Amino acid sequence: MSEATILLALRRAGFALEVDLSLELEGIVGVYGPSGAGKTTLLRCLAGLERDATGSIAIGPSTWQDSATGQFLPPHRRGIGYVAQEPSLFEHRTVHGNLEYGWRRRGGDHDTFEQIVALLALAPLLKRRITGLSGGERRRVAVGRALVARPQLLLLDEPTANLDMRTRAELLPYLERIHDETDVPVLLVSHVVDDIARLADRVVLLDEGRVAAVGSLEDILTRVDLSPALAPGAESVITAQVADHDEAYHLTRLTFSGGDVWVPREPFATGSVVRVRVAARDVSLTLERPAATSILNLLDASVQAIVDVNAAQVLVRLDVAGTPLLARVTRRSAHALGLEPGTPVVAQVKSVALAG
Amino acid sequence: MMTIPLEPLWLTAKLAAVTTVLLVLLGTPVAWWLAHTRSRVKPFVEAAVALPLVLPPTVLGFYLLVALGPAGVVGGIWQQLGGTPLVFSFTGLVIGSVLFSLPFAVQPLQGAFEAVGRGPIEEAATLGAGPLDRFVTVAVPLARRGYVTAATLGFAHTVGEFGVVLMIGGNIPGDTEVASIAIYNAVERLDYAQAHALSLVMLAFAFVLLVTMQLIHRRWSRG
Repeated sequence: MSEATILLALRRAGFALEVDLSLELEGIVGVYGPSGAGKTTLLRCLAGLERDATGSIAIGPSTWQDSATGQFLPPHRRGIGYVAQEPSLFEHRTVHGNLEYGWRRRGGDHDTFEQIVALLALAPLLKRRITGLSGGERRRVAVGRALVARPQLLLLDEPTANLDMRTRAELLPYLERIHDETDVPVLLVSHVVDDIARLADRVVLLDEGRVAAVGSLEDILTRVDLSPALAPGAESVITAQVADHDEAYHLTRLTFSGGDVWVPREPFATGSVVRVRVAARDVSLTLERPAATSILNLLDASVQAIVDVNAAQVLVRLDVAGTPLLARVTRRSAHALGLEPGTPVVAQVKSVALAG
Repeated sequence: MMTIPLEPLWLTAKLAAVTTVLLVLLGTPVAWWLAHTRSRVKPFVEAAVALPLVLPPTVLGFYLLVALGPAGVVGGIWQQLGGTPLVFSFTGLVIGSVLFSLPFAVQPLQGAFEAVGRGPIEEAATLGAGPLDRFVTVAVPLARRGYVTAATLGFAHTVGEFGVVLMIGGNIPGDTEVASIAIYNAVERLDYAQAHALSLVMLAFAFVLLVTMQLIHRRWSRG
């Protein structure tokens, strides 16, 4: 685990990137923001592909770039893995030849090679030519090619862009496995909140070339102080543990600091950690626990903040024993319930979906 | 009995081979620069490279004659450095041929480098390959069709040139009398048998060369 200190400026026609960011490189850091926010440019700067970017980049003990001293480590000396949005595989080489390219140059070992091939299920593809690969296979090979070279940091630019839903669903578990089974920190750029919610541990919110917010996934997703254009998706993520399964009613019980959450039966082992997503519009509020309700998931919470969404609706940020949760209710209801910061409420969660 | 004069054919092959090697070596950096530069000079360089396509060969030949001659800028310096005269020599022919066929090498290479794009080169860089390494192991293999086209067209065009050779080569058998000139000389002498023999060899050669190029392209496009 190392610390990244990034202070970058880059001017382009009609666009300026000015990033001041320091973060622990661990797990998956999502870089989220609308199109044109500078996400790809930021990744390219980190990779050393934007020669005219000024400022400094320090990763752990090594300085990759520092305008003050005129230092600029070229991309081939940075020890990064970079997978572009439309990765360019080397079409004159087989899949194996592609994987070997960086692996040989960085002096990789056979164990790593085998581990990554197994991790991404690349073994059946090794002898194939690039031209015959599907979109999802190409992404996996590109990610594998970067990983076998044992990068200090893996940069993934919109890994699910231009993939159909099924291919995307096939690819995401592989990206999760990078997180779970390797110790390579990942910077994942995406404008798709679903990808961020599923994969990222922490999020850097980028807007018009600047860092708008940095924080945990749960926190950033439920921030109500950001402009609506930036508010990722009016939903919350709860990280919970599988407690047990109710076979009679075909349900699975998850527990987290704020209580229990029931979801339709999922084939997860007891004790495994899962992420569930709750849309703000599926959360309603009452002041007291209802005696009889069809809604299974009732969580004790307190109101943290209330902001207007439009003339009729408000977004309420709740604190459920440390876990933030968003609820979207009408302004009239908020008024009728007398909601204000600190009000204790019961959140009724109508539907909960596993992240994916 | 029709005899084929081998000397002009051999000379033509030698000239075309040397020219092709030089064309690929010189054309590569020019094409690479043109494919990647954002410089304002680019259109001017592109136009200069393309000039031999539109100029009458005699114009290029005339300027070369002046420049390479003992009183010319290039020829003068060359001879002061102890070089043998450039005009009416094989070396002069090579210089003329390289300039004359330059667009046939540069344009396919430039197109091929542009088609490869920055993507693969940048990704090779992030995989630890230095500038020369990634050029040799990624850019050139991916641009291989461009190289085949450049080499074939450069070779064929040199074999087929006449005007420039006539202007700067003189007509020295065994030294500068290439096949195209030999055919012209044979016709002047009314020696139609020899003109036929040489022409037929040239025709067959050109056809085989172009078919080979097409076959190579087809094979590569099938992957």
